[in-house]
Amino acid sequence: MNTVDVLAPVAVTGPVLLACLVLVAGRWLPRPVIDAVALAGAVGLAVCGALLVHATLAGDAVTWLGGWTPPPGAHPVGIALVVDPAAGGLVVLVGVLAAGALLFSWRYFASVEARFHGLVLLFSAGMTGFVLAGDLFTMLVFFELMGAVAYALAAYKIEEPRSLQGGLTFGVVNSLGAYLALCGIGVLYARTGQLSLAYVGETLAGARPDGPAVVGIVLVLVGWLVKAAAVPFHFWLADAHAVAPTPVCVLFSGVMAPLGVYGVVRVSAVAAPEVPALRGVLVVVGAVTAVLGAVLCVVQRNLKRLLAYSTIAHIGLFLVGATDGGARAWLVYLAGHAGVKAALFLLVGGLLARFGSVDEIDLHGAGRTGDPADRVAAALYVVAALALAGLPPFGAGLGKAALEESVPGALVPVVVGTSVVTAAAVLRAGLRVFYGVGPRPERRVDLERTSGEGEERETTGRLRHATATMLAAPALLLAAAAVVGVLPLIGRVGALAGERLADGGAYRAAVLGTGAVAGAVPEPVSWHPPGVVTGVLTTAAAVVLALLVLVSGRVPARRRRPVRRAIGPVVLGLERLHSGHVGDYVAWLLFGAAVIGIAVAAPTLG
Amino acid sequence: MTLTVVAWTVAGWLVLVGALGIVRSRDLVHTVVALSVAQSGTYVLLIAAGFQRGATVPILGAGGAGSSPVVDPLVQAMVLTDIVVSATVTALLLALTIQIAKRHGTVDPDELRALRG
Amino acid sequence: MSRLRLVLFGLGAVGLAVLWVVATTGLPPVGTDVHPYRDAAVAAAAAHATANVVSSINFDQRTFDTLGEETILLASVVAVTTLLRPADDERVEPPDPPPAVLPATRLAGWALLPVTLLVGADVVLHGHLTPGGGFQGGVVLATALHLLYLAGSFPALQWVRPTRWAPLLEPAGSGLFVVVGLAGLVVGAGFTAEFLPPGVLGAPLSSGTVLLLNVVAGVGVGAAVVSLLGQFLRQEIVIGPGAAP
Repeated sequence: MNTVDVLAPVAVTGPVLLACLVLVAGRWLPRPVIDAVALAGAVGLAVCGALLVHATLAGDAVTWLGGWTPPPGAHPVGIALVVDPAAGGLVVLVGVLAAGALLFSWRYFASVEARFHGLVLLFSAGMTGFVLAGDLFTMLVFFELMGAVAYALAAYKIEEPRSLQGGLTFGVVNSLGAYLALCGIGVLYARTGQLSLAYVGETLAGARPDGPAVVGIVLVLVGWLVKAAAVPFHFWLADAHAVAPTPVCVLFSGVMAPLGVYGVVRVSAVAAPEVPALRGVLVVVGAVTAVLGAVLCVVQRNLKRLLAYSTIAHIGLFLVGATDGGARAWLVYLAGHAGVKAALFLLVGGLLARFGSVDEIDLHGAGRTGDPADRVAAALYVVAALALAGLPPFGAGLGKAALEESVPGALVPVVVGTSVVTAAAVLRAGLRVFYGVGPRPERRVDLERTSGEGEERETTGRLRHATATMLAAPALLLAAAAVVGVLPLIGRVGALAGERLADGGAYRAAVLGTGAVAGAVPEPVSWHPPGVVTGVLTTAAAVVLALLVLVSGRVPARRRRPVRRAIGPVVLGLERLHSGHVGDYVAWLLFGAAVIGIAVAAPTLG
Repeated sequence: MTLTVVAWTVAGWLVLVGALGIVRSRDLVHTVVALSVAQSGTYVLLIAAGFQRGATVPILGAGGAGSSPVVDPLVQAMVLTDIVVSATVTALLLALTIQIAKRHGTVDPDELRALRG
Repeated sequence: MSRLRLVLFGLGAVGLAVLWVVATTGLPPVGTDVHPYRDAAVAAAAAHATANVVSSINFDQRTFDTLGEETILLASVVAVTTLLRPADDERVEPPDPPPAVLPATRLAGWALLPVTLLVGADVVLHGHLTPGGGFQGGVVLATALHLLYLAGSFPALQWVRPTRWAPLLEPAGSGLFVVVGLAGLVVGAGFTAEFLPPGVLGAPLSSGTVLLLNVVAGVGVGAAVVSLLGQFLRQEIVIGPGAAP
């Protein structure tokens, strides 16, 4: 047995075992012990992931569980865990973000009998299993595990009506997506007689794709795209994020939804190399997701919902990058974005603990208390917002710069525009809340939009000061995002991980044991002068845009009207589509699945 | 031939009619049940994919192993997993429905207006 | 708004139906005798002396999936317990005196109790030989306990106190499942590998870890179903509006 044979299964089951431990002993153990055990589990998971990355730099590692390694040429009956640097890196991300969420929740977050800790650990196990699974049905099982825990975490605050509605919608839409994926797996099984992803790919490779192969793969990808919150499957994400406790949002936004993109890239690279139409469709889906997410981000006043739409926009960029030339860049962007977005969510969670609201208008100037802790929070928020815009040397900026270098020219405006607009919206909200910049907007009852008032507290009571752990968690995550941007090792491994993830042939060869295919070592992702310049420029553009919006409150109303008359109805129409109605979301899910399916199948099958 | 058409049609029909149930639902309990109707389409699909005419149960030693073929046991194992998932998701969503009934005073999706935009 | 919803659904359903026809017309006919996975799985089950091939897949060849499934069950129990906890503005009330139960119902409940327990144990313990296994048997075992509810035997239930031990037994069962998996790793055979002697095909003590994992899963599943139903019953019987004391 080598390192991967031990570490890969332990990475999935270790958190499960710890969860069982805290759930059994939770009612007797004092809270700090539970906090420490769960935090140690999350940190251990991150270390495990780092060791997995280290062990697979030279080539993908495969471990057939239960000793069921198939002899050459035989049909496999067991399950393989397949580790490559991308999978290992995502395990690190799961561990780091879970640690951040648990650190933020230290002592104050209301957890009954350690159940919150148990759920976070089970959630980490579900995500790790999905990432490492080399088998379509195993992927689905862990997708469902992720889902079951996530619905409960989203609706954790049972006293809050919104929270329950968001949790239910999330559950119904994601489950239906999973069932469509299972239909796809069933069709692929009937077609190939295989469940192992690599063997399915090997059976389909080399031949002209037929009906079952194309439709089966599309249905599986639709399931993963629902998790990724790609348009038009994105509706659940904003609702679930707006209502979930802030430490949970860190995991939802930073890694759970992006894992959907990972699943799409993995499955399409290994099992659908002969379907060129797929790539074009995914790029369009990604670009539409980015633009729509950015537009809806701007109009939000609930801070968590605003951040959620910014996540949707960035997931669109990941999808664009991963499918159209940005293979070496998008994982670095994902890691950098995760740190920054996680820090922003936790800072908003701090606002909720301090002031009992997450509404931008309600909280105007609330952060100007003069309390040193609040000043630190304000500074962290502004830095994080600038980092989201692409400020060097943060990882989000590095990933964005590398993405702009790699994607085709026509897509560069989408990348730049999306990051500037979403960062400007985040910055605008922060300047209003923490510094009281601009006139106080009129407080109106908003029937078309979810406000951030009346949100239940997550802590055991109103906090007079932000606690040390509540500030340390976002500060550390922001520092991690800076490390992603500064450490050359990460740029090197990130580029390698992205390219290897896109190389389905090497994956199939590793699993089938037909000899490793040595891929070229890609150029590391690093800062170049043009990237630094555009990073600074997009940051400046975001600042200017945010200030313009804040100052425009002083412009006389009649001078603003033409602008509003032109784009107002369009944006309002878009907002109305986000009705919070589960029936609407399911109708969109079927419609989107059909459109994507036909767009892929028609040109492929002729 | 007929069996083939019937099996695949029933599987697809159940998934779509379950989804239609969610779309047209006026009661969240009905929504949750419609979701499990959609899922039962996957059971039919999987069992059909593993069926063999004239084959017996996948138990060795019963009906003479080796003498007569058995149906595909893998799809049965998958359906077992699928059923457990269905039961847990249904329990979870019904728990949410109970709390929604308490906090919103209704279980009609048309009347839930807490989230929009 | 609901018009748009139906139109979208209709378009989507028609599109998916077309795709479904495209997919299924390209598949082999239902009832085909080409099942490569079946052939491999049957051979693998025979090699490990497991008569029930479905159990061999669930608890030997693809144990990892079952571990995930067991964890989903654990997650849902924790989740339902979390969601159905008494809210800040609710309190736990003493239950109303149980309604009178017909003597016939009471008799049926008590008469079925030992039979159900026996059937449940049988389904678990012979899961490697005959149809059944830990998951199915666990559900039957949980049913036995709920016969006490139906028989209206609240004193007996209070003595058994399922809400005390079931929420602890379920994580314990899941944890043991992981421990059995790790044991294979410790003896050097690999995670979830067979580390017990397989025995003779068809014998009561055969199939190595399959029997052991069936028992562990039976305990976990039984406790999970008891916890889940217990949470829903508790919600109905003892949780009412009013501030917590």
